[in-house]
Amino acid sequence: MSERRATTANPLLQLDDLSIGYRIRGGIVPAVRRVSFTLEEGDSLGLVGESGCGKSTLAYAVVNYLGRAGVRLRGRVLYEGQDLAALSGEALRSLRGREIAMVDQDPVSCLNPVLPIGEQLMEVPMIHEHATVEQARERAVAMLGEVKLPNAESVMARYPHQLSGGQQQRVVIAMALMGNPRLLVMDEPTTGLDVTIEAAILELIAELRERHRMALLFISHNLGTVMRVCNRLGVMYCGELVEEGEVREVFRNPRHPYTRGLLDCLPTFDTDKNTVTLKPIPGQVPAVPSEAPGCVFAPRCQFVEEPRCTRGEIAAERVAAAAHHRARCVRQAELPHWEPAQSIREAPVTPALSPEPLLRIDGLDKSYEAAGVHWFRKGKDGGVHALNGITVSAAKGRTLAIVGESGCGKTTLARVLTGLEEASGGTIRFGDSDLARTGVNRRTKALKRAIQMVFQHPDGTLNPSHTIGFTIARTLRRLASIPAGEMKRAVENLLQKVNLPAEFSRRLPRQLSGGQKQRVAIARALAGNPELVVADEPVSSLDVSVQAAILNLLLEIQTASETTMLFISHDLAVVRFLADHICVMYLGRVMEYGTVEEVFDPPYHPYTEALLSAAPVTDPDAKRRRIVLEGSLPDPSEPPRGCPFHTRCPRKIGPLCEDTLPPEHRLPGGHRIACHIPLPELQAMEPVLTRSRAEAGD
Amino acid sequence: MTEVISKPATRRLPLVGLLSRVLLLRESWVGMIGAALIVFWVLLAFTAPLISPYHPNATLVPYAVPGTAAPDGGTFWLGTDHIGRDILSRVIWGTRTVLVYAPLATLSAYALGIVLGLAAGYYRGWMDEVLSRFSDLVLSFPVLVLYILIIVRFGSSGLNIILAVTFASAPGVMRIVRGLVLDIRDRDYIAAAQMRGESPWYIMFVEILPNVRGPLIVDGCLRLGYVTITIGVLGFLGLGLPPPDPDWGGMINETRSMAMAFPHMALFPCLAISSLVLGLNLLADGLREVLLDA
Repeated sequence: MSERRATTANPLLQLDDLSIGYRIRGGIVPAVRRVSFTLEEGDSLGLVGESGCGKSTLAYAVVNYLGRAGVRLRGRVLYEGQDLAALSGEALRSLRGREIAMVDQDPVSCLNPVLPIGEQLMEVPMIHEHATVEQARERAVAMLGEVKLPNAESVMARYPHQLSGGQQQRVVIAMALMGNPRLLVMDEPTTGLDVTIEAAILELIAELRERHRMALLFISHNLGTVMRVCNRLGVMYCGELVEEGEVREVFRNPRHPYTRGLLDCLPTFDTDKNTVTLKPIPGQVPAVPSEAPGCVFAPRCQFVEEPRCTRGEIAAERVAAAAHHRARCVRQAELPHWEPAQSIREAPVTPALSPEPLLRIDGLDKSYEAAGVHWFRKGKDGGVHALNGITVSAAKGRTLAIVGESGCGKTTLARVLTGLEEASGGTIRFGDSDLARTGVNRRTKALKRAIQMVFQHPDGTLNPSHTIGFTIARTLRRLASIPAGEMKRAVENLLQKVNLPAEFSRRLPRQLSGGQKQRVAIARALAGNPELVVADEPVSSLDVSVQAAILNLLLEIQTASETTMLFISHDLAVVRFLADHICVMYLGRVMEYGTVEEVFDPPYHPYTEALLSAAPVTDPDAKRRRIVLEGSLPDPSEPPRGCPFHTRCPRKIGPLCEDTLPPEHRLPGGHRIACHIPLPELQAMEPVLTRSRAEAGD
Repeated sequence: MTEVISKPATRRLPLVGLLSRVLLLRESWVGMIGAALIVFWVLLAFTAPLISPYHPNATLVPYAVPGTAAPDGGTFWLGTDHIGRDILSRVIWGTRTVLVYAPLATLSAYALGIVLGLAAGYYRGWMDEVLSRFSDLVLSFPVLVLYILIIVRFGSSGLNIILAVTFASAPGVMRIVRGLVLDIRDRDYIAAAQMRGESPWYIMFVEILPNVRGPLIVDGCLRLGYVTITIGVLGFLGLGLPPPDPDWGGMINETRSMAMAFPHMALFPCLAISSLVLGLNLLADGLREVLLDA
């Protein structure tokens, strides 16, 4: 059964002029428009695009699983030359189980919570190949080993909730591979995971694909992720496949203006705010049009040329230089060569360093009691130490970035700073006051206006019942002394500051896009002219082009009013671009602290090194040292003894790391690394990322 | 001046939005049937003096079956009861009783339940513990026994009916509100309000309450139906409004001993209660479609 069939003349998967729509009340909305591509055995195609571009719809179309609302409007999906739409339910089911497998974004919804992992895995060969229980069991254990889950036997007996998110995703991948599929479809398989976990899963996918010679259709919103697992890249915009080709070739020589726009939006590891500005794509992603003449990207395109771009059908054309590179642009041959170096700033945006820091956090502790009221229980069991001796400072007008994975305490730090929580120990000096134990209710009005926050999720940041104008006016009334007669003007001024038109003040949050909501949230934070803005992952749930615009806005505001920013993020490229100082946290402790250059260059803390290696990079000529962290993040309520990182550290020295909290190496200039490894050894590390564009002879 | 212009605009819009969504009810035929039933009874209540053929308490011909000709040349369409009162007139006038006391009692239960639920959900901790345990206590008590105790102790009057219903229903409302608040209080916009120094009551009533109105309106509709039944039951037990004013539950009670011989005397008040409750339930279903699933 595991024998591969002889390859026929037909490609494994072929999409032929496929259009898909969804039936809604009163009509059909198109989601995918005229997409064609082929996928051969052993091929891997990564589809990228911003939200709403139809990439998930395409993935489900490939397994012919569109639900009742999905309609195929034209074209065909051919699997080995066989039209999927022509197959009976039974044939399709067998095909899905044995030939095509799918991995979804959310592992929780793919696993049955009441069945042990083993049973769910054994089902696949038992149903599709009528394997015996023993055979199925043997294969399940082997497969769990193959997805690198330690203790496969014990995982078999466990239930999904007893595994971490990364482990669950490994199980789902194992389940997909149980049927020995020839085509694997993955829809954002790593989106909900932390960066180091994501890196390990991507590594695994790339390896398994090689070994099993599977074709892979990999869907992601992240260009860097695709580069790690795929050899081909397809860029989708507005339901269309606008560019497709060999992944390095597309990144080196993007021919479609949208692909160029996406690349221009991304901060890279060799640029920062003082050298470049990001170039967001103007306008917003429109709804997928049912019949539009000309190019869908024309309204936002900087190279648009009337009437060529706005009339007729635009076909995907071969790019002259490369064999398998197509772009759906009439001007693709005449566009100038794309250069990654973005427009250079004339003057650095960072202000001169003031001698006294605005914010000085010293030995900050925060622990939570176990939740709930305990009538009969005393003592402190089950508490969580969210912050442990955090010591950092931020200078006026500068940006301090807090970097770390989930459970590292970065959000707790933000909540303590803004007074939503009170610290358990340590001090936060801000001007003349100590904020550590001053909750927001006990802060003076001046302090409240001095520290404001921008939140992560655009959907939760604004009250859905209040208009934008009401929210901003209320904040102005509370934080700024504005006479009643000038309120309307003040609201409009603030909206203008964040580049929103004045009439937005009458809108409700649900009438705004994610990026617009985040702009309103920034306007609200700016209402009292704050000295310190705490931004908790303000761009991480936005599409890249919107993210670039918001980052530019934050920078612009910071430069204009010398605001200090505490920028919390897990995206190292964004941090590299925006920050002046970086504090790397792990399980409530500071692992490394220093300027951007100090943190991004050796000597590294081993955790920083792993984070850098895990970060998605789009530069096809970047070389990286691969460091894959084993295991998953420890439970923050039971942190390991000694160095918190020792359970996953690839450079662990020995028992010393398990027993003793590491000392801090203090380098000249304020760079600090908390590690047992002697400093000279750390200093001898190679850089994780190096660019070799010159060597590549480009 | 600008303030005057901008303020109503910012204040009014959410309400207009809610109303326009309620108007979406047109698309739900279940909701439309419910609304029609309710409008029918409301119209009867308003026009009772004009359309009821006789005075509800006038004693005319006893034991007349439906359709019997009346001495004044009219017809007793629904018959008369054992002391000769026209049942149609009494059902029509009885609408007024139920449509005044049921909404008043429900509203008052909501007022109390919302305040307690907001406080329990927002403050959590001991406040939540105390309020939730107390509501458990009330909810675990047989409701009927509770009503009888209250009304027997304080006497039967309209106000006491409202108080009894409030006491018995507010804990249920409180639990719903508390659950919704627990979900909303951790949203970022609540943190933003705290950070600009809003008072807890401002946050509860201005930031949280408007966002729980959808589920509350649906639940309110259903609860209004229960209260209608409750008022009927109280009347049936002789604990409703003092006679002789017409009260559907009371009408059933007074004639139940003759129900085998003269079923029409109890049947029509029963139908009145069920159709009103059915209307409220259907309306709640319709509202659920347009307010919560949208």
